[in-house]
Amino acid sequence: MFENLSDRLTDVFNRLGSKGRLTESDVDAGLREVRLALLEADVNFKVVKDFVARVREQAIGEEVTKSLTPGQQVIKIVHDELVHLLGDANVPINESKNREQPTIVMLVGLQGAGKTTMAAKLALYMRKKGKTPLLVAADIYRPAAIKQLETLGKQLNIPVFSEGTEVAPPDIAEHALRQARINGNNFVIVDTAGRLQIDERLMGELQQVVERIGPTEIMLVVDAMIGQESVKVAEAFHAKVPLTGLIMTKIDGDARGGAALSMREVTGVPIKFLGTGEKTDAIEPFHPDRLAQRILGMGDVMTLIERA
Amino acid sequence: FRSEDPITDELWDELEELLIAGDVGAENALKIVERVRERCEKKGLKFASEARSLLKSELVNRLDVDTPQYSERSTKPYVILVVGVNGVGKTTLIAKLSNRYKAMGKNVILAAADTFRAAAIDQLQHWADRVGVPVISQQPGADPGAVAYDATQATYNQQADVLIIDTAGRLQSKHNLMKELEKISNVVKKRWQYAPHEVLLVLDATTGQNGLIQARAFTQAAQVTHLALTKLDGTAKGGIAFAIVQEIERPIKYIGTGETINDLALFDGESFVNALFEEE
Ligand SMILES: Nc1nc2c(ncn2[C@@H]2O[C@H](COP(=O)(O)OP(=O)(O)OP(=O)(O)O)[C@@H](O)[C@H]2O)c(=O)[nH]1
Ligand SMILES: Nc1nc2c(ncn2[C@@H]2O[C@H](COP(=O)(O)OP(=O)(O)OP(=O)(O)O)[C@@H](O)[C@H]2O)c(=O)[nH]1
Ligand SMILES: [Mg+2]
Ligand SMILES: [Mg+2]
Repeated sequence: MFENLSDRLTDVFNRLGSKGRLTESDVDAGLREVRLALLEADVNFKVVKDFVARVREQAIGEEVTKSLTPGQQVIKIVHDELVHLLGDANVPINESKNREQPTIVMLVGLQGAGKTTMAAKLALYMRKKGKTPLLVAADIYRPAAIKQLETLGKQLNIPVFSEGTEVAPPDIAEHALRQARINGNNFVIVDTAGRLQIDERLMGELQQVVERIGPTEIMLVVDAMIGQESVKVAEAFHAKVPLTGLIMTKIDGDARGGAALSMREVTGVPIKFLGTGEKTDAIEPFHPDRLAQRILGMGDVMTLIERA
Repeated sequence: FRSEDPITDELWDELEELLIAGDVGAENALKIVERVRERCEKKGLKFASEARSLLKSELVNRLDVDTPQYSERSTKPYVILVVGVNGVGKTTLIAKLSNRYKAMGKNVILAAADTFRAAAIDQLQHWADRVGVPVISQQPGADPGAVAYDATQATYNQQADVLIIDTAGRLQSKHNLMKELEKISNVVKKRWQYAPHEVLLVLDATTGQNGLIQARAFTQAAQVTHLALTKLDGTAKGGIAFAIVQEIERPIKYIGTGETINDLALFDGESFVNALFEEE
């Protein structure tokens, strides 16, 4: 098996030995490999289908640039389309337009995705930008979830608002907002419990929190290792609460993170941050081109193509 | 789809897609469907329903691997090391297992060897209190090997039946963290030559193709003996398990189906495969 897409494509086109314009059969042979590579990277199969169809349309008849092999040419088209779909440029975090009203960021997602860790990371990140953050512990279900956020807050010397496990999350959120206004915290980050998108009760609870505090940002936090499920998860969360951003965590591992493409595709919501480790400073603003190269499993060829 | 429908090319495409949608992986799905197709032709099968049944039994067979194992009933103490990447459900699974062994009448001791993640010790302690089993722990940031050492000592002194060691989540690509698992394992080996008797790799059912890389790396670093598949109460099918079981030749022992201590079941290949074919 080939390590990455560029090896695969090079092999296909070497066998075809094609030159000049990309013909239909060249492109189809290449796109078979592209399809496999995207599926191996966990891009959702329906998203792959549409993607491949779009690339096919663009690639057929394309003049092969002198300095590129046909394989590289197809990679370039695939890569550019991927970057385009991932969002072309970084979209910064939304901030409250009203000086009186703090920015409210709410983090939602499946169990274990990395929400609590990301809450702390965002707090630190925004403090470095001059904000005065308040962390809100609205996960009353997971054992020691509040303690986890409090521990992180303490490490960073960032205040954490909590009311134990007996107060309902919408109430906690509202009380926290009041507290933020009193204490002059202009950046409020609400950590919520992990939940399955099919859990009606807990999804309803999220809606209540949203109604009560009207967040500036509702970000879906997703594990980079997630597979084909990503589409169902993103669609269901987006249907219940209007997502404004996606965050992909655990990108410091070796998962390709193709789910980012799927989720961006089905929600139209930009990917804003990446989680790059367990420590609280392991956060990066999202850059589409790097993720595109990662999804395709190549870095080296891109420099080559970029020079062409 | 009706039972008298004939086998068509579209059927094979559909089945392949169904496997891919369940995270079986594109290449693996292709291979499995191809093999079932050949078998169908050889047998002269005509109906789509027959093809589906054959595919199901092929899938069930692929999950059925034999592994040398120690008896959890008669090995004393029975030492279980729980490993996996971050957030898959290790600590919650340990809560469920403690409850299971306690119900079997066993004396259980837990080791809080995740000294890294914020409040990981509190989380384990919470569950242990709920179930009613002791936890051996040190301060946050302590050496996990030292915690494992204390726990083996306690297990030995109290003649406990089962020792379950919780470890910090770690990505398989982090070599020094993977090395740390080896160290923990060696600590218990020093006291009981054949321990840990069970090395349980926990996999999240929503995991895609990276699951196979996880399984390879953890098997190499920590000699995984069994798998546990968590979060099967969601809509994810956990299809990456086929490639994993085939490659590392270790069976799935448990499934996790929720966040409470009762949401645990022994793995059953047939219902797992049937769920793969269910539409939501
Ligand atoms: N390697 C790595 N680990 C991460 C990252 N983000 C979070 N984690 C780890 O993933 C695990 C789960 O993180 P949490 O922040 O507790 O996840 P959560 O979404 O709040 O979990 P629940 O509240 O249980 O739903 C922990 O072990 C974290 O240390 C990341 O970017 N990289
Ligand atoms: N729906 C569902 N959630 C689960 C299941 N098992 C665990 N969880 C949840 O997943 C999240 C992570 O579980 P943990 O047990 O903390 O996972 P872990 O592997 O110990 O995490 P780290 O120690 O941070 O690596 C928690 O919110 C659990 O409640 C399951 O079978 N189904
Ligand atoms: Mg959390
Ligand atoms: Mg844990």
